[in-house]
Amino acid sequence: MLPIYTYLIFSVLKPLLFLLKSSVFVQQVINGLTVGGVYALIALGYTMVYGILELINFAHGEIYMLGAYLGIIFLGFFTAIGLTSFSLPLSLFLAFILSIIFCSSYGYTMEKIAYKPLRNAPRLSPLISAIGVSIFLQNYVMLTQGATDKVFPHIVENAGLEIGGVSVTYIQLFIITVSVLMMLSLHIFITRTRMGKAMRAVAQDKTMASLVGINIDTVISVTFVIGSGLAAVAGLMVASYYGLVNYSIGYIAGIKAFTAAVLGGIGSIPGAMFGGIFLGLIESLSAAYISPEYKDAYAFIILIIILLIKPSGLFGKSQEEKV
Amino acid sequence: MLELNNIRTSYGQIEALKGISLRIDQGEIVCLIGSNGAGKSTALMTISGILRPKSGSITFIGSNISNMPPHSIVEMGISHVPEGRRIFSRLTVKENLEIGAYTKKSKFKNQNSKLKKQYEKIFEMFPVLKERQKQMGGTLSGGEQQMLAISRALMSGPKLLILDEPSLGLAPIIVSRIFRAIREINHEGVTILLVEQNAHAALNLSNRGYVLESGKITMHGMGKELLNDEQVKKAYLGE
Ligand SMILES: Nc1ncnc2c1ncn2[C@@H]1O[C@H](COP(=O)(O)OP(=O)(O)O)[C@@H](O)[C@H]1O
Ligand SMILES: [Mg+2]
Repeated sequence: MLPIYTYLIFSVLKPLLFLLKSSVFVQQVINGLTVGGVYALIALGYTMVYGILELINFAHGEIYMLGAYLGIIFLGFFTAIGLTSFSLPLSLFLAFILSIIFCSSYGYTMEKIAYKPLRNAPRLSPLISAIGVSIFLQNYVMLTQGATDKVFPHIVENAGLEIGGVSVTYIQLFIITVSVLMMLSLHIFITRTRMGKAMRAVAQDKTMASLVGINIDTVISVTFVIGSGLAAVAGLMVASYYGLVNYSIGYIAGIKAFTAAVLGGIGSIPGAMFGGIFLGLIESLSAAYISPEYKDAYAFIILIIILLIKPSGLFGKSQEEKV
Repeated sequence: MLELNNIRTSYGQIEALKGISLRIDQGEIVCLIGSNGAGKSTALMTISGILRPKSGSITFIGSNISNMPPHSIVEMGISHVPEGRRIFSRLTVKENLEIGAYTKKSKFKNQNSKLKKQYEKIFEMFPVLKERQKQMGGTLSGGEQQMLAISRALMSGPKLLILDEPSLGLAPIIVSRIFRAIREINHEGVTILLVEQNAHAALNLSNRGYVLESGKITMHGMGKELLNDEQVKKAYLGE
């Protein structure tokens, strides 16, 4: 018996060890974490709104797209007035803050105009309204910014670190760090603050939340503002990573992030964080080891398998638990 | 303190309250009894602003609250423990209490010390909640959840506490514990509106009582009077 086991273990472990040691693997993990962090930031917006309103905000991807455009506009302006050559960190910081403010205002307004009037309507109505907002925002950007690709100002050198055949660019490090910091801050906000607790209470039982004196409208607005702010950060980072922006980038990113949210269990905040990173890793590893052409399909195959095994997603609450 | 004047509330076409009027004075315990489906919970939800009355007015300490949003009504000093307790099951016991104090923004120092006193009072009344502070609300037993629901409602420092069937589904020994707590809360100066199917215990505890039948108030009197009323005995006391 023993030799058979030994053989089996070695036959599985040996290629696995080789795989883990190889620089290709490490490289793909880093690439995956970069994209995954961005997916996670967008997925949080879907999952938070769903948790509170049971609405899939199809226009959320467009907020991310707006974030990317606003980044180009602000950084372009800062370059023109010479701020970027004076201090790059300062201009990046300002660009982030301004994009967050603008995108959050868009998110706030979108909820007030397109969703709030439909709060008590049948469930399909706000969904259709969301698709309407999405089409509107895409066309609004296409008309004002043009239908062709826009180039992100080349202000950060494509330099990086090179360790044992693995290269990590500074932009990648920046994206991973910022994503982790944003997720940590959100976690602290949700678990520790008065408003964070109110958000969790509203997600569990809106009637009871009003009976303890929570203004539901305020909590919903805060949810949209935070989700949109995270999407703005994601948009700006991706634009600087890929260097190109187009009015339709919100569509694919939105679907990917939505997949990540469902994968982790829609409505669950840790689920969205995990789902986003998981999705990024699957994409980059499958592109490297299986074939790059079907990169987008693998994510959906995994999604289908997970939903077949656990329909509520990896971190999701089972349906019975929701009263 | 609270006055309902000819309140009508409907669910779509169905009129659940057909013009009810009642009055609660400062410091009283008033109960509302009636069989299942009479409209008791509807009346309470209308007072809290969750349901909007079709017509009629609700006055609380001199202001008309019938068009106020629920959160403003809590700020005015009305706290509602709904039927079925509705504990936030995925918040800890401590967080459930904190969220009960949501309207008390701890901006000021004296507000903080007031809150601290409130916690102490609650843990003295229900020591089990102190032991279970870190547990999720959903893991508590039915009786503990009722204690938590009442405590959560007290955290906002209400002038009027509304309780919807607090004894529902609880063992007799727990019920008497809850009723004792209600009396204590009233002694501390909180006015109480109590809805119960357990009419005997409720009428014994109350200064006055109203009987609600199919959306209408059919009887009204002192607690002891209603306990000895032949009709009430037959319909609600099983005698
Ligand atoms: N959400 C609702 N939708 C429609 N009808 C309701 C709803 N809630 C209660 N009702 C109806 O209103 C009436 C009063 O209900 P309720 O106030 O819950 O009675 P009680 O609390 O006295 O048992 C009942 O006939 C009930 O069927
Ligand atoms: Mg009821």
